[in-house]
Parts: sequence; structure tokens; C-alpha cells
Amino acid sequence: MPTEDKNWSNRLFHTLNYSALLLVSIIMFIPFLYIVSVSFAAPEEVVKGGLLLFPTHFTLGAYKYIFSTDTMVRSILVSIYITVFGTFINLLLTSLTAYPLAKGYLRGRRTFLIMVLITMLFSGGMIPTYFVVKAFGMIDTYWSLMIPGAISAFNLIVLKNFFQQIPDGLEDSAKIDGCHDIGILFRIVIPLSMPAMATFGLFYAVGHWNAFFNAIMYINDSQKFPVQVILRQIIILSQDQIGDTASQQDPTDYLPQTIRMASIVIATIPIALVYPFLQKHFAKGVLLGSVKG
Amino acid sequence: MKESQVNRLQLSHNKFILKKSLFVRDVIRDRWLYAILLPGFLYFVIFKYVPMAGLAMAFEDYKPHLGFMGSPWVGFKHFERFFTEPQFWELFRNTLLLAVYNLLFFFPIPIVLALMLNEVRNQVFKRFAQTLLYLPHFVSWVVAVGIFYILFTTEGGIVNEYIRQLGLEKIPFLLSEDWFRPMIIGQSIWKEAGWGTIIFLAALSGVDLQLYEAARMDGAGRWRQLWHITLPAIRSTVVILFILRLGSFLDTGFEHIFLMLNSMNREVGEVFDTYVYTKGLTQGQYSYSAAVGLFKSLVGLVLVLLSNWIAKKFGEEGVY
Repeated sequence: MPTEDKNWSNRLFHTLNYSALLLVSIIMFIPFLYIVSVSFAAPEEVVKGGLLLFPTHFTLGAYKYIFSTDTMVRSILVSIYITVFGTFINLLLTSLTAYPLAKGYLRGRRTFLIMVLITMLFSGGMIPTYFVVKAFGMIDTYWSLMIPGAISAFNLIVLKNFFQQIPDGLEDSAKIDGCHDIGILFRIVIPLSMPAMATFGLFYAVGHWNAFFNAIMYINDSQKFPVQVILRQIIILSQDQIGDTASQQDPTDYLPQTIRMASIVIATIPIALVYPFLQKHFAKGVLLGSVKG
Repeated sequence: MKESQVNRLQLSHNKFILKKSLFVRDVIRDRWLYAILLPGFLYFVIFKYVPMAGLAMAFEDYKPHLGFMGSPWVGFKHFERFFTEPQFWELFRNTLLLAVYNLLFFFPIPIVLALMLNEVRNQVFKRFAQTLLYLPHFVSWVVAVGIFYILFTTEGGIVNEYIRQLGLEKIPFLLSEDWFRPMIIGQSIWKEAGWGTIIFLAALSGVDLQLYEAARMDGAGRWRQLWHITLPAIRSTVVILFILRLGSFLDTGFEHIFLMLNSMNREVGEVFDTYVYTKGLTQGQYSYSAAVGLFKSLVGLVLVLLSNWIAKKFGEEGVY
């Protein structure tokens, strides 16, 4: 940060800077506030219009309605399952792969790393990938939502860089004590990498919770839809009356706005819950190694 | 053959054997490392490289019942069809315009926000602002687009309610061609601009404070310090992110656009990705849409290589 003298022009600068940032931050936040508060309002109040940020009649009606239907509840359970189990697979596979790649002496390491980098520049695209998933019989199974994205190339490389920073001496002494590579990974390297594991775990988890398009491609059975797909039906398709996508499947026409907003709130609560924990780590976690490339 | 020649041959052969045995020895020594590398290796081969090989179907008339090997080869037929399709230019224009607008209107904002945050001395305020700015990044595109739908709809959305109260005509933000691109860019800014500051803030935190001290001694004011110290400090980060963005130039946020598309804005909203999805997975024209996808991937690849090359010409580090 630039240094400065304490004079009026600096004070003016800071006042303007703080106010501008405050304004931008609040503008970013207002949509959330609006959605949350209207979700607690009575539908009639919303229809009358002119509703500001605080409802006069507080009601839980919209939430009661949502939890009385099984569609939303079921899709939330599906998403929880995919998020927990999928994140576990992500972390396991990413660290298993990153660890050997962190060893400079491993033969073929460079070749593998180049192979990974190429996938960041070029991909087969949607259609061939779809056929691979299909060939494995994953269509309409939850595997299709967890396996095709099991390792993110970017996370893999950052984690590899993180593992490289762990002093070799620690591992050497474990080896002398008779521990082999797998033991070292699970007993020493991963416990030492908890900040990184937490960051990537949360990123992967947020990714699973928010995933929408994979489900659109790979899941046809509406009983297995995760929460974002249901959310799209409730919020977007039902408003898009003229839109051509609406005709495909829609039992949810003409839901009151309050129910739409309440479903946004419910689908976002898990993120809001992990966010404070996430925030502590991510700035550091994201940047581990990523600045150095 | 002379004796010396034979000897030399023998020697080089021995060297070869020695090298080979070293290699085998190392591989045996590291067998556990290879064992735990195997799942990741298979993952990349199966889910990244097999689909690349599968792009060969872009040159076939792929029929599911004939299979990959049995389907007839047709060469460039699908590409010819795509390039002569009147919709090609529409897709091309839509993708390009969104990408250019993104670079013009979205790309600079995280940099400016990071510079502003970097000036903040009060750590509590800084954390507060960052918390609010980062938050939208963590909601899904369904939620982000959903919020915009609720706020901007003509059926009682609060924005249109205010417009009506001002005595003006309601604006069909979501169902009009004119508003499609501004809405897309606006949503991107809302969701990702704050998050985008992280990388620049990291670059800024690496600047040596003594540089500012020295500049001030030489009589440099705030703007001179910004111009001669702060901006050069983040230049390489900006260049790298710019290259990466060019690489995903044609991706233009697929889920996002897919969610915003409807029959009223399809003409300005359809991009390569959504076209691939519609033609391929909903209409079953697999080979044709694989060809479109291949075209898109190739253009993206060329853009990265080209911009990286240019960045190096200008003395920057580039991505690789």
C-alpha cells in the first residue's frame, strides 16, 4: 500500500475510497437481504407491491409449504449425499495423485504433469464425455455426478506444490522408522496439509452442492434430481411462461413469489453455514502455490 | 570388424543395460508411489483423454447401434455443414460479443476493486467489505439467475415496480434481445467481481513497502506511486489472467447462459456451447455437435497459444 502524508487530500481520498467500497459491498448484499426478508412475508403483501426490505407480517408459510412437499426435501437429501460422498472421493483421489507427483525423483513425473496440463488447455467436450459416462453405465446414477469431475487439474497442481513444501527430513525419518509411502501420506503429509485439505474440501463441496448442469445431462429420473435442478424448475422455468424450455416439465406453475424465494434461501443455507469457516482459509489456500504457478 | 569397434559397441550396450536396470530399480523402489498414482492416472486417461480420442466421431456418422468403430467415416461433412449453416454466423457473433463485453466491462473491475481494497487501512472494515464482496461467488448460477429473475421480472419484480412507480413503461429485462447481454455481464459482475480481487490482492501484498517509502522521498504523490509501483507490481498477474481468460474466451459461462436463455432471446443468446447441447443431447445429432465442440476447443487452444506467445514477445512470463 502506498505511503502518504497526513493532509486534507489524503483524508478526502480515504473518505471517498471507504464510502465507495461500502456502497459496492452493500449493493452486492442487498439482493440476498431482499430474498430472505420477502421469503418470510405473506404472499398478499408481496402482491400488493411496494414491499421494502422488511415485511410487516412475519410468516413461515412459504417454508412450511416447501417442507410439506417431498420434491424439495428429496432433492436436498440427494444433494447432501452427493456433496458428502463426492467431496470425499475428490479429496482422496486428488491427494493420492498429488503426493507421488510432488516427488522430484519419481520417473515419469514430468510426463504425467504435462498430460495434466494439456487437459487444462484442450478437452474432448460435452458429447464425447457424455458417451464415456454412458459407456460406464453411469447414466441415471449418482456416480455420474461424482466420478467425471473427481479430480480438478488446477487443484491437483496447487496441492502438489503444497506437498512439495513439506520438508523431506520428516518423511525420511518416518521411512527409517519403517513407514512406507502410503503410511507417510496418510499419517504425516495429509495431517500437515489440513489448511489446504480444508480449503479444497470446501471448494469441492460447494461445487457439488451448486452443480446443476451435470445433472441435466446425466440424470433423467426426476426422483434423483439434486436440489439445483428442482430450484431451476421452481424459480426459472415457472416464470418463463413464453420460454420454450418451460413446456418440457413443469408442475410448479404459478407458485407465489414467497415460495420461490424461500426455496432459494433453503438451497443456499448450507453455503451460508460453511462460509465463515471457509473464509478463514480460502485466501491463503487458493494462493498456495497458485501465484507461483 | 576391428577389435576396438567391437569393444566400443559392447561398452555402449553395457551402458544401455545399466541405464535400463537403473530405471527398473527406481520403478521397483517407488512401486507404492506408482500404485497410489494409478487411480489418478486412470481418471485422466478415461475421462479426459478417451473423450479427446472420441472426438474422432466428429468425422463419422456416429450411430449408437453401430458403435464407435462401426460407424461410417464421412470426413469433413459435419464441419462443412456447420460452416455453411446460416446460424454459424449468429453463434459466432453471439459468442464473440459476449466474450468481448466480458473483457471490456468485467475484466477491469476486480483489478480496480483490489486497488481500492489495498488502500484500506482499517482491517475490520477490510474484512467486512471482503466478506460481502466474496459471498455471491459461492451461490450457484441457478440461485444467481433466479435472484435476477425475481428482481427483474415484469410480473411484480421489484425493479419493474419502481420503474412503474416512476411512471415509466415496464422493461422486459428477461425476455428481450436488447437486455440479454447487459443482464449477462451484470450478473457476472455481481457474482464474480469480488472473488476476482483475491489474486490481485495477493500480488499487491507482495510489493515491498520500502519502494513506496523511497518513491515518497523522491516526491512521488499517490498517483505516481500507483503508476510506477503498484501497477507494475501486478502486471504479470494481469497478463496471466488475461491469457487464461482468452483461453476460456469461447466458454462464456455455459451454465449461466443456458439458464438465461429462453425463446425470446435465443437469437442473441445462443452460443457454441448451448448449441452443442441442443443439437447433441436433446436432438441426438451426436457427430455434428461433436464437430462443433471440436471447432470450439481448437479456437480456444489457438487463442491461448497465441496470446501466450504475444505476452512473451513483450517480455512477460506467460503461463508456461
